Amino acid sequence: MFAYIVRRLLYAVPILIGVNLLTFILFFIVNTPEDMARAHLGDKYVTEEAVQNWIADKGYDGPMFFNNEAPGVEKLTDTVFYDKSVKLFAFDFGQSDDGRDISSDIVDRMGPSLALAIPSFLIGVWVNICVALMVLMFRGSRLDKTTVAVFVGLMSISYLFYIIVGQYFIAKVSKLVPVSGFNDGLDGWRFLILPVVISVLAGIGSGARLYRTLFIEVSGQDFSRTARAKGVSETGVLFHHILPNAMLPILTGIVVVIPMLFMGSLVMESFFSIPGLGSYMLDSIRAQDFSIVRAMVFLGSVLYITGLILTDISYTWADPRVRLS
Amino acid sequence: MSATAIETKPAVSNREQPAVVNQAAAKQTALKVSGLNVCLAHNPDAKILKRVSFELNRGEVFALVGESGSGKSMTALSIMRLLPDALKITHGKVVEADTNLFKLTEQEMGDIRGKRVAMIFQDALTSLNPVQRVGDQIAETLKIHTDLKGEDIRQRTITLFSEVGIPEPEKRIDWFPHQMSGGQQQRVMIAMALACEPDILLADEPTTALDVTIQKQILELIRELTIKRNLAVLLITHDMGVVRETADRVGVMYKGEIIEEGLCEDFFQNPQAEYSRRLIDSLPDMDEYRPLPDQKPLLEVKDLQVHFPIRKGILQRVKGYTKAVNGISFSIAKGETLALVGESGCGKSTTGRAILNLEPATGGEVWYNGNRIDQMTRKDMLPLRKKIQVIFQSPFSSMNPRMTVGDIIEEGMINLGLNLTEAQRQERVEALLNRVQLEPEHRYRYPHEFSGGQRQRIAIARALAVEPDLIICDEPTSALDVSIRAEVLDLLLELQRDLQVSYLFITHDLSIMPHLAHRIAVMKGGEIVEQGNTEEVLTAPQHEYTKKLLSAVPKH
Amino acid sequence: MEFETFKTAVLWTDYLIWFMVAIIVFFMLSLRKSPQNSEKWKAVFSTKLGMSTFIIILAYVGVALLDSIHFRKALPPVEGQTSTQVYYSNDVNSVLDLMLGEMGDNNERTYSAPFSLKSWNKENIKQSDGTTVRDYPELKHAGAHLEEGDGQAADILMQSLLALAKGLALALALIAVHRLWLKRRGTLNDLPWSTAWITFAIIIAFMTWLISLGNLYHVLGTDQAGNDTLYESLKGIRTGVLIGSLATIITLPFAIVFGISAGYFKGWVDDAVQYIYTTLSSIPSILLIAALVLLFQVWVDNNPGYFEVGLEKADGKFLALCFILGITSWASLCRLLRAETLKLSQLDYVQAAHAFGVSHLQILWKHILPNLSHIIMITFVLDFSGMVLAEAVLAYIGIGVDPAMASWGNMINLASTELSREPSIWWNLSGAFFLMFTLVLAVNLFSDLVNDAFNPKTRLETA
Repeated sequence: MFAYIVRRLLYAVPILIGVNLLTFILFFIVNTPEDMARAHLGDKYVTEEAVQNWIADKGYDGPMFFNNEAPGVEKLTDTVFYDKSVKLFAFDFGQSDDGRDISSDIVDRMGPSLALAIPSFLIGVWVNICVALMVLMFRGSRLDKTTVAVFVGLMSISYLFYIIVGQYFIAKVSKLVPVSGFNDGLDGWRFLILPVVISVLAGIGSGARLYRTLFIEVSGQDFSRTARAKGVSETGVLFHHILPNAMLPILTGIVVVIPMLFMGSLVMESFFSIPGLGSYMLDSIRAQDFSIVRAMVFLGSVLYITGLILTDISYTWADPRVRLS
Repeated sequence: MSATAIETKPAVSNREQPAVVNQAAAKQTALKVSGLNVCLAHNPDAKILKRVSFELNRGEVFALVGESGSGKSMTALSIMRLLPDALKITHGKVVEADTNLFKLTEQEMGDIRGKRVAMIFQDALTSLNPVQRVGDQIAETLKIHTDLKGEDIRQRTITLFSEVGIPEPEKRIDWFPHQMSGGQQQRVMIAMALACEPDILLADEPTTALDVTIQKQILELIRELTIKRNLAVLLITHDMGVVRETADRVGVMYKGEIIEEGLCEDFFQNPQAEYSRRLIDSLPDMDEYRPLPDQKPLLEVKDLQVHFPIRKGILQRVKGYTKAVNGISFSIAKGETLALVGESGCGKSTTGRAILNLEPATGGEVWYNGNRIDQMTRKDMLPLRKKIQVIFQSPFSSMNPRMTVGDIIEEGMINLGLNLTEAQRQERVEALLNRVQLEPEHRYRYPHEFSGGQRQRIAIARALAVEPDLIICDEPTSALDVSIRAEVLDLLLELQRDLQVSYLFITHDLSIMPHLAHRIAVMKGGEIVEQGNTEEVLTAPQHEYTKKLLSAVPKH
Repeated sequence: MEFETFKTAVLWTDYLIWFMVAIIVFFMLSLRKSPQNSEKWKAVFSTKLGMSTFIIILAYVGVALLDSIHFRKALPPVEGQTSTQVYYSNDVNSVLDLMLGEMGDNNERTYSAPFSLKSWNKENIKQSDGTTVRDYPELKHAGAHLEEGDGQAADILMQSLLALAKGLALALALIAVHRLWLKRRGTLNDLPWSTAWITFAIIIAFMTWLISLGNLYHVLGTDQAGNDTLYESLKGIRTGVLIGSLATIITLPFAIVFGISAGYFKGWVDDAVQYIYTTLSSIPSILLIAALVLLFQVWVDNNPGYFEVGLEKADGKFLALCFILGITSWASLCRLLRAETLKLSQLDYVQAAHAFGVSHLQILWKHILPNLSHIIMITFVLDFSGMVLAEAVLAYIGIGVDPAMASWGNMINLASTELSREPSIWWNLSGAFFLMFTLVLAVNLFSDLVNDAFNPKTRLETA
């Protein structure tokens, strides 16, 4: 087990290097610092000097991968690649285009992101499983078929539509909760209700449908039949045999996203003006601030890999057949 | 078989055996099935079971025999009212202790299942809940049907475990199913079924997934429990050997009907229906041996080893080897059949794959006709490929479902450079199909349109297409129904006589040996423990393991 | 003296959409060859749901195809101009525009409600007597055919009935021909054709109604710039269908080549492929897409010379977007194909092929790929709707389709501010939403049926 985790962590290193290399190539080779400078300074007729100043200011001048002039190890370290990419491994993200420290921005914004993401996630999974179980009890009936059709219908609606219409009806028309905004501390719950409700609603269609399929698959397996042959009631079969076994595939789906909750939700946060990492990313994309984008890409990959490892570990806990080696 | 003959049959057998009736009168009837009809839910014309009637007596094993799809499992599931949704019971009743099970509510039926009528299934591993400890699975039954609590349940489970012969019961009740061997899993299933002391046990192919030696133990256990607990057992099986060893009475099922019923001994001595006779004939004679051809070896295997590395630790360094094949030697002469016998996991299939060069050998040598082939590259091997061919176990996965039969048979001819024209190849395909008793028109069809036996014939035709000298037959008949098994074996024998091909016959089934093999090599744990002429090995086995295997073979 | 009245203007995406249709038709035909597959297809189409959703999807694809034959109209010669030289309009039109008639050209000044004759905003209107009144101005085009005193409601009813009658007549004529053809072939009762015909008739009647009323009124009102919302939504069909199919098709070569070779050759190939897709999927896809789109944007801004007219530039950006979506989302299919290939390559028939000395390439082509085709197809249909939905989110983030191109995403995106106005403007959202929802729902339902028929796992065992 320990050896396995160490090995997975070691395997994460080449992946993170790959991610860094890829983003570096995209942002510095395909799109040269000069392009960036011109895009930022806005004007096509900007002076060459202003461009060079901007580049030097951001530290994008100097050799990309290999510095021939520097002594010793600094041949490698005194380069743009080292400065902008390798430092990410120490979670040293540098400064954004408007001169703010990215790391502290990220830390500040993680709180609001989690305040939205964790309740949405937990309630969402819980609701989906409950709905799927309820549908399963009426398996084969007209109710079952109708609900599945409704699921497909719900899946076919754009996420944005849920947000727009949800915001319109719940907040505007019935004036139950504030339309948008965020407040730290306990008082903030009023702002969170609306986005949480909307994201749970938007997820029911695909989530509950997926879980229903998983439950049906498990309920067709031999051990469910054995349980029925033992005289276990249908509810007993559902909760003692089908659910624990269906949890295995469900786990793969949900554990991997748990670390990603830190990243927040891009669309939700910006729609409801929640100052989390999602809206941070969106703002940086819109402002074309590549330092932030790069930092978030790195953070995202780290969290994704953490998710993969957590999934494996959770498997050993849920499935006695799996042993990591 | 005419319909009238079928209807009269049970009556006839009853009339002819008045002694039986008297004998059975001493035994108490535990369950009576009468006029059971089952059809597809969406198509009432597609009948799965037709007027099935029989009774189960206490202290007696009633065997329901038939081939796959004959409806025997559906009979058992109907009694339990656990049919799949696609099937529906249209008529009939099942009476247990004066109650018609079909008249009960679902909740009342829950009290019957597991308490009065219990069932065990074919594949114990998939039938046990993989994420629940075996002890808990048994405890669940006890909790539902008895008043036992906590420690009592545990004690009871331990007692049950020792009763069904699981060693160290105190420890093993906390194991998970996958930690146990196949035989032990089936013992757990039996313990679970017996937990609430039911009167009736339905056993659906309880030994089919097991190796022969284990099979014998499980059957003995069922037999023993039947007498000790005065159980009424319905034993569903396709294996006439199992019937002969275990059953008191026999019912033969064919296309959803019971066509013959009677006492076991009478049945084997004097079967009434033509179909029953065919089933019984599928049990081979154990005293007909084949004379040995005396020739130089065509294939020689010397000290062959196939090891798979086991990797461990952070750097995945090789920490040891799984020795699938560990230094075996044998040879096969032209026109000779060598049977490689062993139970699952003994390395016999790996041996076959290593000879075909589909699995790299880690040691030893394989010589074919003076050429060393174990170290040849894919390209060097090409000219020899047409000399050594293979027939696989499963007729369902051995053919690409997207290719026509003609294309399947032709594939080898094209790739191995037989230099035939299109027309010659067509002619050849037709001739081959004729040879294996199929129609030439079949070449335009797809594999899924054929039955298992027909597919195995196609597989044989495919192997023959390139005129091989040696065919490796990897359990070619074990996936087939018994009545078809003999036909395929006969075809193989006929081809050997006509074409002088050699066979390496990989099998777990000793009973077909005399009829088929010239020599036998018995394999266990990657090694050959005994090798010799069929007659010698079968009549005077030297090794303990061979003796054990032989004792498990049902005698004729 | 002859004038050329139009000049074809083929966009890159036009080539691709037709090319794609050709591929899909070819793929369907090759799938039909095997009797097993044609049985499964029959299972899909023998359900009423399968038939009607398929017709709906076809209708969408048909509109998209009509909207993919582009040309530029010749401008009438300006006075004093030498008549040998023909100048072409800078607007690129399509066959769909011809069919929709004036709908696309009937622009108003700003918002107006559906079927309304007046604008949504009050303006200062100069009366004939010189005074200025602040009121809702009359629309230029909507109801222009009405005489003074004609009842608007009565006119709408009359025109609707007329249009529906025309549409139904056309549909019935076509159905009659089809029925005759089926009867001659003797395949009349094979499939639930009546469901297909009903769906077809409804679509045709609805379309005729939309076109004829759309030319008289603004059926779905107008947007801020005064464009007809119905026209914009209909033009959005091409964008939706294209983004769904093109982006999905682009994933296929990556997923197939990498997935199969990883699963078949194992060893270092497998390691490399796994490394690539783990790396790729570990990057938050939205960021990767955004980064790539922004990079392309920078490139376009620096190289304006590549595009002749505005639409071509929009088309280029759109194509790039599809490519970007494609290359960032092949990992999941690749993983699926790898796992399945691993399984297949252990099967006896592949082993038998080895024993027959069949080359690796032949094994992949004849034994592996055909047995993966159902997975590829199911994924294609499933991903399609996902891509259509994704477009809306991309539009919100600001990396979606160019505003010069009609798209549902852009329309829905604008709607968030429009809804919050007092009174709210709902029609812009509803037009796009309705068309998008119908397409995605039809595809989802259809893909469910295809999945049920082709995926052995989901098929219920009978005995």
